[in-house]
Amino acid sequence: MTAFTAAITTDTWWLIIASWVITLGAIAFYAVSVLRRGRKLSEQVPPEARRWM
Amino acid sequence: MTEVHTSTDVGAALTEAPSGVPAARSASHGSTGSRGTRILGVISLIGLAFLVVYAFVVSKADVELGESIRIMYVHVPTVAAAYLMLLSNAAFSVWALWKRSTFADLAAHACAEVGTLMLGLTLICGALWGRMTWGAFWVWDARLTTTALLFLMYVGYLAVRNLPASARSRTVRSGILGIVSACLIPVVNRSVEWWSSLHQSRTALGTLDPSISGSQYFTLMLGLVVFSVLSVWLVMHRFRLGWLQEQLDTHGVDDAIELRRAEAAQPS
Repeated sequence: MTAFTAAITTDTWWLIIASWVITLGAIAFYAVSVLRRGRKLSEQVPPEARRWM
Repeated sequence: MTEVHTSTDVGAALTEAPSGVPAARSASHGSTGSRGTRILGVISLIGLAFLVVYAFVVSKADVELGESIRIMYVHVPTVAAAYLMLLSNAAFSVWALWKRSTFADLAAHACAEVGTLMLGLTLICGALWGRMTWGAFWVWDARLTTTALLFLMYVGYLAVRNLPASARSRTVRSGILGIVSACLIPVVNRSVEWWSSLHQSRTALGTLDPSISGSQYFTLMLGLVVFSVLSVWLVMHRFRLGWLQEQLDTHGVDDAIELRRAEAAQPS
C-alpha cells in the first residue's frame, strides 16, 4: 500500500487533500488573475514603457 | 465641473484615437511575462509536480505526526514564503521612504500582496492540521493568535494602499505600516518558545538537530525551495502589473490632454 492510499483510507484524509487543493487552487487563481490583468493593461501601455520586454 | 477619467477610460480613449490624430498608444498585445519569469514559472510548475509526488507517494507517515505530516509539506513552505515576502516588503518600504523610489514602493506592494496570500494559506492549512492533531480548527494559542494578528495587519496594509491618496502619501502611510507590521514577525516566530504553546517547536529550520530526516526532510526542503521560487515569480508579475498601472496613471493623463489639444487644434 502506498503512502497515498494509506492517507486516503484514514478518516481524516479529506483534511490532507483539502489543504493541498485549497493552497494550490488559491495560488493558481491568484496567478491567473494577475496574469490576465497584466495582459489587459499591457495592451494600453506602449512597449517602451514595459521595460522588462 | 471637471471630468474624472479612470485609467481604463484613458487607455481605451488612447487606443481608439480618431483618424488624423496620431494615436498615443498602439493597440499592441503584451503581457507581464519575460524570459526570466517564464523560466521561473516552468521551474515552479516542475517543482510543484515533484513536491506532490514526494509528499503523497515517496514520503512515509511520521512516527509522531502520522499522516498529518503531509499537511506540513505545504504548511511550512507557505509560512516560510510569507516571512520572506513580508520581510522583503519591510526592506522595500525602507527603501521607498528613504529614496522616494517608485520602484521600491511598487515592489513593497507586490511583496505584501503575495506574502498576505501565503500567510492566509498558512492559517487555513494550520487550521486543517489542528483539526487532525488537536481535534479543533482553532485554539487561542500564542502562535496561532500572533499569526492571525500578523495576517490582519497586512490585510490592513493592503487596504491602506487602496485608499484614495497622492502617490507620496500612499508610500509614506503604507511604508510605515509595512515596517511596523514586520516587527511582529520575530514575535510570531519565537512565540512557541516565549509562551507555553500547543504548537510544535521547530522541526527542521533553525535547529542543528532536525527531528525529521530522509525522505521527509528532503520533501520539506523541496517544498521550501519550490514555494520560495513560486513566490518570487508571483511577485515579479504583480510588480509589473503595478508598474503598468503606474505608467497608465501618470503618462496616460498627459497623453489624454495632448490628444484633446490635438483634437481642439483640428479645423471643424
